[in-house]
Amino acid sequence: MLENIKQFASEFFVTGDPLIYGADVSIALVTIAIFAGLTYFKKWKWLWRNWLTTVDHKKIGIMYILAAIIMMFRGGVDALMMRTQLAIPNFEFLHPEHYNQVFTTHGVVMILFMAMPFMFGLFNVVVPLQIGARDVAFPYLNSLSFWLFFLGAMLFNLSFVIGGSPDAGWLSYPPLSELQFNPGPGQNFYIWGIQISGIGSLATGINFLVTIIKMRAPGMTMMKMPMFTWSVFATCVIIIFAFPILTVTLALLFLDRFAGGHFFTLDGGGNPMMYINLIWMWGHPEVYIVILPAFGIFSEVVSVFSRKKLFGYTSMVFAMMIIAFVSFFTWAHHFFTMGSGADVNAFFAISTMLIAIPTGVKIFNWLFTMYRGRIRFDLPMLWTVAFIPAFIVGGMTGVLLAVAPADFQYHNSYFLIAHFHQVLIGGVVFGYFAGMYYWWPKMFGFKLNETLGRWSFWFWNIGFYVCFMPQYLLGLMGMTRRVSTFDWDTGWGPLNVVSTVGAYLMGIAFIFQAIQIAYSFKYREKDTTGDIWDAHTLEWTIPSPAPEYNFAITPVVDSRDPLWVEKQRRAAGKLPKKDAKPKYEPIHMPSNSGIPIVFSTFFFIAGFGFTFHWVWMAVLGLAGVLACLVARSMNDDEGFYIPAEEVEKTEASLRGTL
Amino acid sequence: MANHSNHSHGHDEAHAHGSLKSYIIGFILSIILTIIPLVVVMNHMMDPIPTIFVIMITAILQFVVQLFFFMHVRERQGNQPRWNVMALIFGLAIVLVVVSGSIWIMTYNGVGY
Repeated sequence: MLENIKQFASEFFVTGDPLIYGADVSIALVTIAIFAGLTYFKKWKWLWRNWLTTVDHKKIGIMYILAAIIMMFRGGVDALMMRTQLAIPNFEFLHPEHYNQVFTTHGVVMILFMAMPFMFGLFNVVVPLQIGARDVAFPYLNSLSFWLFFLGAMLFNLSFVIGGSPDAGWLSYPPLSELQFNPGPGQNFYIWGIQISGIGSLATGINFLVTIIKMRAPGMTMMKMPMFTWSVFATCVIIIFAFPILTVTLALLFLDRFAGGHFFTLDGGGNPMMYINLIWMWGHPEVYIVILPAFGIFSEVVSVFSRKKLFGYTSMVFAMMIIAFVSFFTWAHHFFTMGSGADVNAFFAISTMLIAIPTGVKIFNWLFTMYRGRIRFDLPMLWTVAFIPAFIVGGMTGVLLAVAPADFQYHNSYFLIAHFHQVLIGGVVFGYFAGMYYWWPKMFGFKLNETLGRWSFWFWNIGFYVCFMPQYLLGLMGMTRRVSTFDWDTGWGPLNVVSTVGAYLMGIAFIFQAIQIAYSFKYREKDTTGDIWDAHTLEWTIPSPAPEYNFAITPVVDSRDPLWVEKQRRAAGKLPKKDAKPKYEPIHMPSNSGIPIVFSTFFFIAGFGFTFHWVWMAVLGLAGVLACLVARSMNDDEGFYIPAEEVEKTEASLRGTL
Repeated sequence: MANHSNHSHGHDEAHAHGSLKSYIIGFILSIILTIIPLVVVMNHMMDPIPTIFVIMITAILQFVVQLFFFMHVRERQGNQPRWNVMALIFGLAIVLVVVSGSIWIMTYNGVGY
């Protein structure tokens, strides 16, 4: 009996590596500390009422961003472990198997559990405020999306200490990811973690598309929408059409592993190439999903901090929609070397290069917006300015990679690694940082510390170039991705040391940001204006942080930059100094709900059961999911009304006119 | 939903959501279109190739019936753009790309075997 338990535990828990034991201990300590702290300060009820069951888009957005920052830490630690292993030739820091797990989880965590939630967090915080809405179209669904994402991400991260991490690369190519070559539960964790959070992503895509189409303030036609909202619109269109492909692909892979299917196996009529074809049909639009909102953020920031209207609004919109459309026609450029023939490669090479045109249009628009503007270099603008050269270089190396014959040299080399990190860090991460710094006052009512932010900015930027420029050269020197070590005689040693130094500089930058957030919380200065950046759009017309109902009076819009125009009219004396006392009405609000978190927990249980092939547990989890669906369908809660007097009181105290 | 003054929910636009009559017509049509291929296959009424054609044609008609009688493609609010139709056309384009692109890529991929 005892022997059986020992045997089970040694397979169930990941053992044998001091790094893992260290992680076990720190995870246990942090968990105990959180539970003890919540109990000691009697915060359980507060946490449940105000956060875990909330359907308020602003709070859901903050939870998304918090989760993203934690995941960035985890993915960043993975990155530093890899760079440490590669710092010196023949270094023995990570075993090759462990190295495989680390690069796999680094990729998955950074794209799916860092970039996606960071993006959704900004969607949530900004979009309803920017279009003058009181919430998203489906607040309950929004909460469900968050919890599905969160528990999917937790399921994936659990593989670190239980069962073993996936190790077949971030896209889990078969045949390596098939049962034959990967019998452990790692790949199942991968499949279920992504499937569960993928449902949430799809629901968010639908939610925000409906919100943007249906809930804009009166007068805000499509062509008067702020550029960030346009980028969210384009992104949601891509999400809705791309994520089902991922779901189906992973479901087929799961059938191969769980039910003995032969979709992607080497024998039995399967074809692993089909998986690669399908996964990139999602995978390529996915990179545009994460970059388009960053483009939207830059558009907002660049016009506000140059004190000008955005140059070429219409061309920006068209460029965005063209990118969204063409993104569905380029997937094969990820496997030019698969041998699909010259005409296939030529088609996808040309479609890939075409994307550079609308992107170039956008770059010029940002530059022309800055031209002759009175530029203020606050943190959001700094990140925007740093983005432009980084993205131009990253984009041009992308065009080099798109040259199909040349790609046979670059394919899966460090040149590729350097390229996609340059566009993903220089574009996506810089963009989301710009967005975080820009909208932070709207979320919390105070600015993040400027000095610490600048330290972090410079460490990030210098570290970024020191890390990735050598990797272009390493790629040209023949270093392939995913090698866990190399020999002295390859000549790759010096550049790898440099690259590792750069990675650590970015690690320091992240620490500066953590300190910056903590410091700014401690020494915060309350923003009383609600418009701390002298901005252009509706979200800055209301107090910071926004009251739970957002807009006491639904705004009416007649221009693209409503607040900017209003301020100009005021300055010109065309508007009365003080508005007439507004007439408040009761505001209808949705009720909080505990179902989303319970629903997602049951999904987590089902996913865990499938991961270990424990059918009883999977059935139990799915039954719970069904029960939650029924419970929700039986729920007739119509929400509640905030009385007009209470709205008036809140507004008066927030705007300091009491 | 914060600002629903119920219009946004469409409770008072039942006519746009189709009537009982249209639902019943749609239901009967979709049943008929399901039974036709079933009968043809079960009773081996045709050769394989014509059978496949019958299945495909009834499938396409089924798709059309679903769209018009249940999925409200004709619906629009006021003078809003026809979002349903736009989404449908875009979706069809993407499906076409996914299917034909895969066939194209995988055909050439087979050359190497």
